[in-house]
Amino acid sequence: MTRYVLRRLGQIVITFFLFQTLTFFLLYAQPGDIANQYLLNPNLPPDAAEKLRAELGLDKPPHLQYIQYMKNFLRGELGVSFSNYPRPVIDIILERLPRTLVLFFTATVISFYVGFALGKMLAWRRGGLFEYGTTIVGVTLYTVFTPWFALMMIWLFAFKFDLFPTGKFITPAFWRDAPVSANEVFHRMIWTGIIAGVVVFIAYLLLRRVPPPLRRVSGWLSLLVGVVVALGFWINSPLAPYAKDILWHMILPIGTLTLISFAGTMLLTRNSLLETMREDYILAARAKGLPEGVVRDKHAARTALLPVVTSFVFSLAFAIDGGVITETIFSWPGMGLTLLSAVTQEDIPLAMGAFSFTGILALLAHLVADVLYAYLDPRIRYS
Amino acid sequence: MSNATSEVMVRHQPLWRVRLSLMWKSFRSNWALFIENPIGVVGLIIILFFALMAVLHPILMRTVWDPTIYDPITGYDFEILTHPAPPSAKHLLGTDPLGRDVLSQLMYSTQTEFILGVVAALITVTIATAIGAISAYYGGVIDTLFMRIADLVIMLPFISILIVLSALFELSMFKLALVIGVLAGFGGTTVIIKSQALTVKVKPYIEAARVAGGGDRHIIMVHFIPNLLPLSFLYMMFTVTGAIFSEAVLSFFGLINIRMSWGIMIHTTQTAGYLLSVGQYWWLVIPSGLAITLLCSAFYLVGRALDEVVNPRLRRR
Repeated sequence: MTRYVLRRLGQIVITFFLFQTLTFFLLYAQPGDIANQYLLNPNLPPDAAEKLRAELGLDKPPHLQYIQYMKNFLRGELGVSFSNYPRPVIDIILERLPRTLVLFFTATVISFYVGFALGKMLAWRRGGLFEYGTTIVGVTLYTVFTPWFALMMIWLFAFKFDLFPTGKFITPAFWRDAPVSANEVFHRMIWTGIIAGVVVFIAYLLLRRVPPPLRRVSGWLSLLVGVVVALGFWINSPLAPYAKDILWHMILPIGTLTLISFAGTMLLTRNSLLETMREDYILAARAKGLPEGVVRDKHAARTALLPVVTSFVFSLAFAIDGGVITETIFSWPGMGLTLLSAVTQEDIPLAMGAFSFTGILALLAHLVADVLYAYLDPRIRYS
Repeated sequence: MSNATSEVMVRHQPLWRVRLSLMWKSFRSNWALFIENPIGVVGLIIILFFALMAVLHPILMRTVWDPTIYDPITGYDFEILTHPAPPSAKHLLGTDPLGRDVLSQLMYSTQTEFILGVVAALITVTIATAIGAISAYYGGVIDTLFMRIADLVIMLPFISILIVLSALFELSMFKLALVIGVLAGFGGTTVIIKSQALTVKVKPYIEAARVAGGGDRHIIMVHFIPNLLPLSFLYMMFTVTGAIFSEAVLSFFGLINIRMSWGIMIHTTQTAGYLLSVGQYWWLVIPSGLAITLLCSAFYLVGRALDEVVNPRLRRR
């Protein structure tokens, strides 16, 4: 297993290098000279421009620039953004990546939970009106024209009913007198989430050992414990209203993303479960006289979960790419929006940085998915 | 006695007729499986509806609709004072902010979407089937090379790459179809078709063909590819969905050079500032967005239903 992971890591480095090369030359081939592009930028003082020009080697031919860029990249220097001069690219990415990840992680977790539960029901009641109706509605939501759907959601919930804000990360007027920056509050919220997650996991492990009547609701109980911990952390904090403001801005994008993506999990679970249901041990479980619910949840669904877990990791890998659409519509200042604006404004360093992180995320997700697969399914052995 | 005569009669039929009748027979049994599933039927009805719209548009333009008013790109209705005008008997879906008939635009765009989807899907399937068959058959270096390329392509953020490419080239409809087709063809579809080809490779009839002296090309063309075609056809449906969706996203951001499409209709609405007045100007936003969604999901539904026919593990009988 260790050897497999090491070999995969080697492959990942090579693939990533190819990916970097490809995106560099793609971005370099954009119309308009990059050097001129940023010499004409009014935000850039002339002396700084000259310094940067030499630093980035913008007067050299492309292959030398490429070597220069890769050298800088390996030293961890991603350059300075043209459109947000003089902020370093890495600074911008570190600010925006968590926002995208939090948005997509939450939406993905919810949609996988819903999708898995619905998928189980679809496979178990194959061929009914329920299945056809749910599949058609699910597929329609899954293939919906995302920008349009997001706009409809904004129109309905933010415009018509005025329940949620129309977009953005915070309400600027409300934050004018805030003691700390929005990022600080957001980081604390992320930490709360992580700690609450760990607490839920531990509580779940402990509650699984208690006698049956309590054990049946152990999932919900542990979730309740996590919520109590998180609330206890925030209830007396002076920053609580600000955290609430951020949460309030998150609800609509997360809801939209969940509605769009749950059907993917649902259909995958259904197919995977239909294949599992043909196995002999399901027949054996039924022959033993186990209740249908137990056969479904304890015997079939666990095996059927495997491809679903992998696809969960994969869908996180494409958070930035999916973010291009969702974040643009919701004006959510995350990586997707950054990538789109960097590309359209020809902010090459920022675009390269965003692409690099997309690539790293995708490759790591690939690896995690493979390792997880081997860990969850003892039949799979990598050698 | 009667058995023997019928055998002789069968043997006297030319080979192509035997093949044709076999194909017809398998098509009929698959068709029976397909229409058993209402999901596929719903998808097929939606596709037929849009196909009808695409076919009707040129006919209507020649006969009923005056081109100066109803042309999807240059038309303008002078008799109405303010545009966008709400639906009326003359303009069943109203007019857009530039005074053009929305229904005419909708129907005209349908043709574009069909051409784009089908061209992209054909390119994808041709590439993916060829590469899948070749790399499964030969294995070794060729296999590794194509699979690593597939890994790289799968890793690419699809929409973002298309955005970069649209900044790079003037993407016309055909170029866009080519880009989508090639990207999808070298990526995930290849991996799936290759894994199917691997199961074909170990079948006894491949061995038999080789023993009988069949060359590599003969085996790939005659024994591999026909067995991969059902799966290729299935993935064609998913590619069509992806192609139409990508085109709509790029048009919506105003990044490609296409005269008229559903995405461009929404883009026009957005640039004119009517996007969030859905209640008041619903005919500007709802029909085009709904059309994209319906056609995408229709192809996806047909793909799902075909999956149940093609994939033996999902078959009900």
